[in-house]
Amino acid sequence: MNKGVAITGMGIISAIGNNVAENYQSLIKGEKGITRVSKIKTNHVNDIMVGEIDFTNEALEQQLGLSSDNNYSRTALLGVIAAKQTIADAKITDINAYKTGLISATSVGGMDMTERYYYEYLENEATRKYIKGHHAGDSTQKIASQLGIEKSLVTTISTACSSAANAIMLGARLIKAGKLDRVVVGGADCLSKFTINGFKTLMILSDTYNTPFDENRKGLNLGEAAAFLVLESDKVVQAENKKVLAYVKGYGNANDAYHQTASSENGDGATLAMQKALDVANYTPKDIDYINAHGTATGNNDLSEGRAIIRIFGEEVPDFSSTKAYTGHTLAAAGAIEAVYSVLALQNNVIYPNLNFKTPMKEFRIKPQLELKEKALQTVMSNSFGFGGNCSTVIFSKEQ
Amino acid sequence: MMKKVYIQSVASISAQKTFEKDYFLEEIEDYEANVINVINPVYKDYIPPAAARRMAKGIKMGVVASKIALHDAGLESVDAVITGTGMGCVRDSEKFVSAIIDNDEQYLTPTSFIQSTHNTVGGQIALELQCKGYNFTYVHASNSFESALFDAKLQLELNEEKNILIGGVDELGDHTTKINKLINHIKAEAVKSSELLVSNTTGAVYGEGANFFVLSNEKKDTCYAELASVKMFNTLAEEEVLQEFKLFLKENNLKVEDIDLLVLGNNGDIEFDGYYNNLSKEFNNTQQAYYKHLCGEFHTASSFAFWLASKVLKIQSLPEVAKLNQKTIATYKTVLLYNQYRGENHSFTLLKKC
Repeated sequence: MNKGVAITGMGIISAIGNNVAENYQSLIKGEKGITRVSKIKTNHVNDIMVGEIDFTNEALEQQLGLSSDNNYSRTALLGVIAAKQTIADAKITDINAYKTGLISATSVGGMDMTERYYYEYLENEATRKYIKGHHAGDSTQKIASQLGIEKSLVTTISTACSSAANAIMLGARLIKAGKLDRVVVGGADCLSKFTINGFKTLMILSDTYNTPFDENRKGLNLGEAAAFLVLESDKVVQAENKKVLAYVKGYGNANDAYHQTASSENGDGATLAMQKALDVANYTPKDIDYINAHGTATGNNDLSEGRAIIRIFGEEVPDFSSTKAYTGHTLAAAGAIEAVYSVLALQNNVIYPNLNFKTPMKEFRIKPQLELKEKALQTVMSNSFGFGGNCSTVIFSKEQ
Repeated sequence: MMKKVYIQSVASISAQKTFEKDYFLEEIEDYEANVINVINPVYKDYIPPAAARRMAKGIKMGVVASKIALHDAGLESVDAVITGTGMGCVRDSEKFVSAIIDNDEQYLTPTSFIQSTHNTVGGQIALELQCKGYNFTYVHASNSFESALFDAKLQLELNEEKNILIGGVDELGDHTTKINKLINHIKAEAVKSSELLVSNTTGAVYGEGANFFVLSNEKKDTCYAELASVKMFNTLAEEEVLQEFKLFLKENNLKVEDIDLLVLGNNGDIEFDGYYNNLSKEFNNTQQAYYKHLCGEFHTASSFAFWLASKVLKIQSLPEVAKLNQKTIATYKTVLLYNQYRGENHSFTLLKKC
């Protein structure tokens, strides 16, 4: 078995920045990217706020040099932008020099185009190019093609809001088991009317800035984003003398088996996921320096996650914060976005403030980190939970 | 020490009566269609009627197939659930999108949105089984099921889990069918099942189904077959298939003549069946089988092939209707599956007699 799972590159595009450096600047300056939705025509425009990326599809197509007959969904466009940054950051010039795979995560997939042309497909032949781009694997195939990954292990995970954390987890397992030398892992999701209306019917969208872990939280803001990381084996790191940004040290996946959309009151699944991740890392709770929480700012999640954190860490809960107030909840991409933020936290020894927090929750005494805090960090735990009871935890570390 | 992985039980809901335990394609439903639906088991024999009414078809098929698979394996629960689905519960996706458009974003209810989430089948199975273990859903077109297979195999080999439920599930949706006809992914004309491969037209006959299996790293009496290897490719050119196939045989210490049965994913689309024909020619002394005339084409149709191959290895007989050529086989020991869809997402799966 391979020992370490090294992270050697990162790329990201989100509502708070078009690359890693811009995202980091926004994080430490406390600048959120939450606004009214501008690129989707929805009746709910004044009822919701979102984390939207500035570029139009046309601008993204131009950046990627795509011809006008392309059939990229916005998910695919964002995914390719972030994945290409990742490869450049890892200084990979020949992608096929090592056995390289791609594991991507999405929940929206090509739904943005499907909802746009749903009936028009029947009348207008020019729109039909998007039909085969609907399924969730399509954006992944396009990312692989744009990166030059051929004849390889390429797959897509969709476990709702925990998807990208699971992509990282699978990638780490494949490196450890020696199935791949290198794997690009992450996720992409764009905003869509489908998700806006879906979460609206569940009545968990806030009409103002989301406030994770606040007593008076009103729900989440949806966001769109894509982020990818390069994971490499010890062999590649040594042979190429690679700069290692951090390591994937532990991971755990469990199912809450409680309700299709709600988390159990005491966070059974979340507790199991965190415990498994600690076990894989061979850590005790004391070894965790910072938790980048799932913290969606829904009534249900923050209570369930908070209780699960207390179940694992007891009275000595490490510093924790949710970065959803910056980016909104980017669904399947969230685990990858927050993986990038976790690695940046390790690299810069900082803990990001949990924005918009005013009132502690009455159910427990723990309180998120409210100011930017400089602190020597060795490890960061990142949580991602989703519909279908899916609970995932990944632990990142500075040292192997 | 890597553990071996065994197929402990099988369950299939398809356009044939495969949900019946002892049925093995003796009497066939010979369709004349370009879209074929599953033959439904009596769902309320497995799920309380009130719950069944609320469930999307994909969920019903998945939950019932998983219950049959567990029953067949003599298990109450499993350590993990890994699902593959190309499109998820596509009818609910259609329902929610059309409701958004038709009602101008008003009067929407959450049920179809919730059920449209790709991992809804996996989540419901976890709920039904109260399985708090590892739960993944792969959604990578024609490699959705193989991704689940690959993941389960890795965990069992490393002895991280003992019993894992895996499955492939997809349902047909009216609008999706309609628009896939427009782009000729579905054949324009109705085709008799028995004449699928001589249709000489573009597109496939679409289908749906759920095929679930319990994989285990302990060999039990009920064992169907050993899962020896699975390999996926996001791309392969038509002329590369044979060469990669030979490499795959070599990696598994096998020669062409060691293969007792080759199961091919031909769907009668003249644009893409060429991928199979090169292999078919190379293996002209080997017994060959096909199956998409029985279950239709869908992203997880290869899970039906996995069911077929598992049964062949256990029963030691290949149903006449699945035969692509006629060879005499004394004992089926080694079976190889090849599948792709529209030239993408290819897979080789190797099963052995246990």
